Amino acid sequence: MSTLTIANPAALADSGGRNLVRDTGIVMMRELRPVLRNPFSLLFGMIQPLVFLGLFGPLLAGSLGGSADLGGVWQWFVPSILGMTALFGTSTTGANLLFEFQTGAHERMLVTPLARPALLVGRALKEMVPLAGQAVVVVAVMLPFGFELHLRGALVGMALLAVFGVGLGALSYALAVAVRKADWMFWMVQQTFLFPLMILSGMLLPLESGPGWMQALARANPLAYVLDAERALFAGDLTSSTVGWGFAAAAATAAVGLTVGIRMMQRSAD
Amino acid sequence: MIRTRSLTKDFTPSRGKTVHAVRGISLDVEPGELVAVLGPNGAGKTTTMRMLTTLIAPTAGSAQVAGFDVLTASAQVRRRIGYVGQGNGAGHAQRVRDELNSQGAIYGLDRAASRRRTGELLEALDLGELGGRKVSDLSGGQRRRLDVAMGLVHAPSLLFLDEPSTGLDPQNRANLWDHILRMRAEHGMTIVLTTHYLDEADSMAERVVVVDHGQVIADDDPESLKSTLAGDRVVATAASRDGVPALARLVGSLPGARDVEVDLSIGQGQVTARVTDGPSALPELVTAAVADGVVVAGAQVVRPTLDDVFLSLTGRSLREEGTTARAQQDTTDNDTKGQVAA
Repeated sequence: MSTLTIANPAALADSGGRNLVRDTGIVMMRELRPVLRNPFSLLFGMIQPLVFLGLFGPLLAGSLGGSADLGGVWQWFVPSILGMTALFGTSTTGANLLFEFQTGAHERMLVTPLARPALLVGRALKEMVPLAGQAVVVVAVMLPFGFELHLRGALVGMALLAVFGVGLGALSYALAVAVRKADWMFWMVQQTFLFPLMILSGMLLPLESGPGWMQALARANPLAYVLDAERALFAGDLTSSTVGWGFAAAAATAAVGLTVGIRMMQRSAD
Repeated sequence: MIRTRSLTKDFTPSRGKTVHAVRGISLDVEPGELVAVLGPNGAGKTTTMRMLTTLIAPTAGSAQVAGFDVLTASAQVRRRIGYVGQGNGAGHAQRVRDELNSQGAIYGLDRAASRRRTGELLEALDLGELGGRKVSDLSGGQRRRLDVAMGLVHAPSLLFLDEPSTGLDPQNRANLWDHILRMRAEHGMTIVLTTHYLDEADSMAERVVVVDHGQVIADDDPESLKSTLAGDRVVATAASRDGVPALARLVGSLPGARDVEVDLSIGQGQVTARVTDGPSALPELVTAAVADGVVVAGAQVVRPTLDDVFLSLTGRSLREEGTTARAQQDTTDNDTKGQVAA
């Protein structure tokens, strides 16, 4: 057996405060590695949004009386699909955590010096990496069908989804902590909130033709503002108030999610 | 290295109900010590360890670990300790080498240092061939060794081990301890461990802290605990039922004899007593039996175990509480020492 060497363990222990960005990167890369090492999950992950687009886009055009220009439909629907992928990915962050509660892997992370917010942010941002790949594939495939790419707006749109995703991921984490002793409740609660959140955001169908009460509820749904901003950004509009409201809603979701998530994390080892 | 004062933890599992898991534990652990914390399930061992490793906050009292307060400087504590919990710390979807590299990065090693350290630990813990394997594909013993490796990535000066060998077969347990003790010898680590295996605590630890109902009820080195709280037992079996009273008288007259018990259900009758010094009492008994014409079918000295210590302290056996089913199978047989036939 070789002698174990660390140049200066004491200096390692005494090294300064934590760097949140670095810690977030460590957590994100740890979460990403199993995904990147599994080409099949990556491949299917890339295809899924295209399946939604291919099957739902024509229906959407049909529901608009068949008069709608399909290029316009894609311009409306591509941001929706990316939003949906971010929504599904980050809202299930807690499910992975439930397994780690049971095995002890989560406890292991809690006893390390990682900055606590990094555990939340890193896990949520991990969902953004495949999402970026999916966005590239979706846009590349849709370009020949009349979709117009506004690169700067699309990049800012992805950043907007990342901010919202951090908040939603942190809330998913908090849910996992809350139901860790009755883990079957996770999916029940997640689905109960997910679908109303999605439908009341106008993600799949425009809400303009919906009843007044739905439109009123949508006004209280941060995802609705995020999606409106997303569509504006993908249309090349970076300066409208819609974009501002979208970032405000995403930032509020992130602030609430991180506050609740970190508070719940303190309880997660009880 | 560790200093706790009146450390207390209460849980409130439901409204109006409070569980007092740890009740005012005061403990000092010096650098380099290997301390085993023993006690039945629910005694407060793991809760104490979880407070010391900053996983849960104490309800009252104070604890300093590696010179820092667990409540006000928890981040400093976490940088300095290694921890191997009861569960498997490695993510099941991760690969062995990736997980160790991640730990290295968490503790501030740069990429090259982290890889070097990973290689060292894989070799040291006999995991060298398994670096590219998924954690979910490892055996129980391999996972446990990986847990230990993860706890040692940053060469901590203090290592907490919460039931590190539970669920391992005797060979894997021996291997694991071999690795841990070798690394301790190299680094001079302080180790605090909880275990259900009494033989493990007896043979590894320089100091045993017995915890029951959230309190420390004994704290000393294993030999002192056994000699002062339990003592040797002389067990003699009579050759005939008629000889049992005389044998009981002889056993009772041995130096320091106490707790003399007669069990007529064993052979022709068995007499047991605690004595101060078993190895010298046994020949004395045999000599006296020969002189008095008492025929003895068998006699032996039974050295005390830590379970005897617990029994003496609480009136309960750790084993009876269902905590050591496997330990019982694996415990070194002490019962044959000094056995003679008369």
